[in-house]
Amino acid sequence: MPEPILSARGITKSFGALKASDDITLDLRAGEIHAVIGPNGAGKSTLIAQLCGGLAPDAGTVQFLGHDVTREGTAARARRGLARTFQISALAMEHSVIQNATLGCVGATGTPWRIVSRALRRGPLRDRAEQALARVGLQDHAATRVADLSHGQRRQLEVAVALTLQPKAFVMDEPMAGLGAEGSAQMTRLLHDLRHEAPILLVEHDMDAVFALADRISVLVYGQVIATGTVDEIRAHPEVRAAYLGDET
Amino acid sequence: MSPILIAEQVLNGLQFGVMLFLMAAGLTLIFGVMGLINLAHGSLYMVGAFAAAAVAGLTGSFLLALIAALAAAAIAGALVEIVVIRRLYARDHLDQVLATFALILIFSEGTRWIFGSFPLFLDIPGWLSGPVTLPGGIAYPLYRLVLIGAGLAVAAGLGLLISRTRIGIQIRAGENDREMIAALGVDISKLYTIVFALGAALAGLAGALVGAIQSVQVAMGEPVLILAFVVIVIGGIGSIRGALVGALLVGLTDTLGGIFLPELFKLFLDPATATAVGASLASMAIYILMGAVLIWRPTGLFGAPA
Amino acid sequence: MSRETILNALLVAGLVALPLGAHLAGEPFTVTLATRAVILALAAVGLNIALGLGGLVSLGHAAFFGVGGYAMGILASHAQSYVPLMEAPFLIEGTKSMPVIWLVAVVASALAALLIGMLSLRTSGVYFIMITLAFGQMLYYFAIGWAPYGGEDGLPIYVRNGFPGLNTLVPIQFYALCLVVLLLALALHAVIARSPFGLALDAARQVPERVRAVGLNPTRLKLAAFTLSGAITGLSGALFADLNRFVSPTMLSWQMSGEIMVLVILGGTGRLFGPVVGAAVFVALDHHLGGLTEFWQVWLGVILLAVVLFARGGLIGLIAGERRTDA
Repeated sequence: MPEPILSARGITKSFGALKASDDITLDLRAGEIHAVIGPNGAGKSTLIAQLCGGLAPDAGTVQFLGHDVTREGTAARARRGLARTFQISALAMEHSVIQNATLGCVGATGTPWRIVSRALRRGPLRDRAEQALARVGLQDHAATRVADLSHGQRRQLEVAVALTLQPKAFVMDEPMAGLGAEGSAQMTRLLHDLRHEAPILLVEHDMDAVFALADRISVLVYGQVIATGTVDEIRAHPEVRAAYLGDET
Repeated sequence: MSPILIAEQVLNGLQFGVMLFLMAAGLTLIFGVMGLINLAHGSLYMVGAFAAAAVAGLTGSFLLALIAALAAAAIAGALVEIVVIRRLYARDHLDQVLATFALILIFSEGTRWIFGSFPLFLDIPGWLSGPVTLPGGIAYPLYRLVLIGAGLAVAAGLGLLISRTRIGIQIRAGENDREMIAALGVDISKLYTIVFALGAALAGLAGALVGAIQSVQVAMGEPVLILAFVVIVIGGIGSIRGALVGALLVGLTDTLGGIFLPELFKLFLDPATATAVGASLASMAIYILMGAVLIWRPTGLFGAPA
Repeated sequence: MSRETILNALLVAGLVALPLGAHLAGEPFTVTLATRAVILALAAVGLNIALGLGGLVSLGHAAFFGVGGYAMGILASHAQSYVPLMEAPFLIEGTKSMPVIWLVAVVASALAALLIGMLSLRTSGVYFIMITLAFGQMLYYFAIGWAPYGGEDGLPIYVRNGFPGLNTLVPIQFYALCLVVLLLALALHAVIARSPFGLALDAARQVPERVRAVGLNPTRLKLAAFTLSGAITGLSGALFADLNRFVSPTMLSWQMSGEIMVLVILGGTGRLFGPVVGAAVFVALDHHLGGLTEFWQVWLGVILLAVVLFARGGLIGLIAGERRTDA
C-alpha cells in the first residue's frame, strides 16, 4: 500500500467535557476521494481544523507528505501544498473574482512582499489564476465582484482558489452546501476529475454526491470514526445504519 | 521611607483605582452588551462634574449636587443613545470611533460655550472635610476615604444588580445572545437605553466625586477615559470583575510608581537624574503594565479567549 | 476615465494652482495655510495605508507624527546650540538639513510603529483601538516629562531647516517641497494598492482565514503596513514641526490621533485622495469657521457626525460614488 498523502493518527481534542475528536485515525491516499460523513455535531469541523492547522490536537499527530505537521499553523501547511475550501465561503467580497484567484497565486508563489509590480498584470501569476477559473467555469466572470456572484458561483470560486495553490491534497468542507440539484451535479463532475490532480478529503452532507464520488467513506459519530470502507461496505455496515443512516433516511 | 507614607500612598492608589472603576465599569458594560466603543464616555464624566458644580453653586448642598450629577449624566446618556448611538450598533468600530469622537467635540466645545473656559470649583462639604486618624496613627483625608468606600459600595451594588435582579439577567442575556432575549419579549432597545444611561450615570458620579478634589473643567474626562481603556484592556472587555481588578491595579501602579520609582533610581543614580528618569518611567508604568498583560494574555485577565 | 480619476486630477490641479495664485497675488498666509493642509494630508495618507488597506483602526498615529516632529526638533536644536547629541562612542551632531532629518524621522517612526504594531497586533477589533490609543498616550506623557527637550513647553526652533537648492523660508518654495512629498506618498499608496502586497493586505482585512489558507501570514502583512504607515506619518510630523518651527507634546496628543483619523474618514476611507480632500476641508473649516466663532469645533462635530451617519464613503464617496475594485 502506498504511503498516505495526509493522515491523522489518534488525534483527540476536547472542549471541556465534550470530546469533539476521540482518537481519530484516518488517511487520504493518492488519487482517491475519501469522504467523511456524520450527523451534525459529530465533530467534522473540529477534525478539519486539526487537519488544516486551525486547531492543535490534545493528543495524536497529523502527517502530511511524510512530515509531522501537528504543530504547524494553517499557513505553513498551505505552503506544503494542503489546500482547503470553507463551508461558508471565505472570499474577499469587495474583490473581483480574478483578484481572489490571484491571491491564491500570490500565496502559492510566496510573493506577497512585491510592492512595485501590479498584481493583475499579464504574466505567469495571472495565467495561473485564469486557468484555475477556467477549470471551474468562471472564466467569463473574472471582473465580477464576489459580492455580485451567485451562491453557486462562490462555491466554484472557493474550489478555484484552492486550485491556484496547485496542491498535493484538498480538504473540502461541504462544497455542495446550499447548491441546488444542478449546481450539485456540476460540482460533482468537477470533483470527479480533480482527484487525479490531488486526492480530496471530502466532508459532505449531500449523500447522493458522496455515494457518487467517494472511493472510501469514513463515518464520524460523537467524535469517533465508527467505520471506514468503500461505498458498498458502508451502506451495508450495521452500526452505520443504526447510528447514522437510520436518522437520515 | 516611612510605613505611614507607604500606607498613605496605597490609600491614594486605591482611591484613584476605585474612581477609574466607575468609568471603566460603564464602558465595559456598554461594550459587553451593545458591542459599542464609546469615546464620549469621558464627556459624560465631565457632564456629571459640571452639573454637580452648578447645583452646588446654586444650592450649597453637596448631596443635591451628587444627585444632579447622576441625573444629568443619565439623561445626557439616554438622549445621546436615542439620538445618535443606536444608529451605530450595527456599524463597524471605525464608525463608532468617529461618531463618538464627534460627540466629544460637541460636548466639550458646547460646555465651553455655556460655562466658559475657566475651571469651576466644587467644594468638599464641611462634614466630609478634614483628616481622620486611622489605626497606626495615619492621618488621612476623610473625603478620600469616603470615595474609596463609595466606589467599593457601587462595585458591590453593580455586582448584585447584574447577578440578582431581573434587569441584570437581561443584561447578561444580552451579552450572550441578542436574538434570544428579543425572542423572549424583552424590549431590547429600551434595555440598551437603560444600560447606556446606567453607564453614563456611573461616569457622571465619578466626575462629580473627583471634581471635588480636582478642578471642574472642559476636557477633564479624556485623560480618565484613556486610563479607563487601559483598565479594560488589562481586565478584559465586558468583564465587570476585570474592570475592578484592572482599575485597582492601574490606580496602585500609577500612584505608587510616581512615588517609588524615583526613590528606586536614587539607589544607583545621582538624585537629579534619578528623579527625571524615575518620573518619566512612572508616567509610562501603567502602559508597560498593559503591554506585559497583553503579551501574557492578549484578551485581558478576565476576558474570554478570542 | 472614472469620476474618481477625474476628481483626483482636478484635486492635483487645485493643489498646484491655488497656492501659486495666492503667491502671485501676494498672500503668503494662504500659502502657509495650504502648506498646513498638505502636511496634514500626508499624515493622513500614512494612516490611510493602515486603515484603508489594512483595516487597522489606529487611534494612536499621533505617536508617529510626534516622533517625526521630535526627530526634527532634537536634531535642529542640537544644531542651533552647537552641542552634539552624543560624543561617545562616536560623535553625533545635530543638523539643519531636511533630507537628513527626514531620514531620521522616517527610521525612528518606523521603528516606533514596528514595536507598537507588534504588541497591538496580538489583538484585534476594539482592543486594537484602545491599545494604540494607550501607547500613543504613553509617548505623550513621556514627552511631557522629557525636560531636556522642553517637557510640557515644547521645543522652539528659530530658523526653518534647509533643503539643498531651495530657500525654505519662502512660503511657496516650502509649499512646493511639501507638495512633492505628498504626491510621492500618494503615488506610493497607488502602487501598493495594485501590487501583490496590496492585494494580500486588502484580503487580510476582509478574510484573514482565507489569507492563511493560501499560505500567507495576515498579521505580518498588517505589521508591514502599520510600519510603513507610521513612517509616512512620521515624515509628515517632521514637516509639520518645520512649518511651525516648534514641536511640543501636543503633536503626540490623542486629539491629534483623532484628527488624523477624521481627515481620512471625512475624505473617504481607503480612497487614494481621501486624505487630501479631508485635510483641505478640515483646514478650510478651521480657518473660516474659526474666524466666525471660537467654538467652531461644535460645528465640526456636527458635520463629522453627519458624515458618519449619512455619507458613508466620505466626501469622495459622495461625489464619485462607491469604491471600485481593480479588475
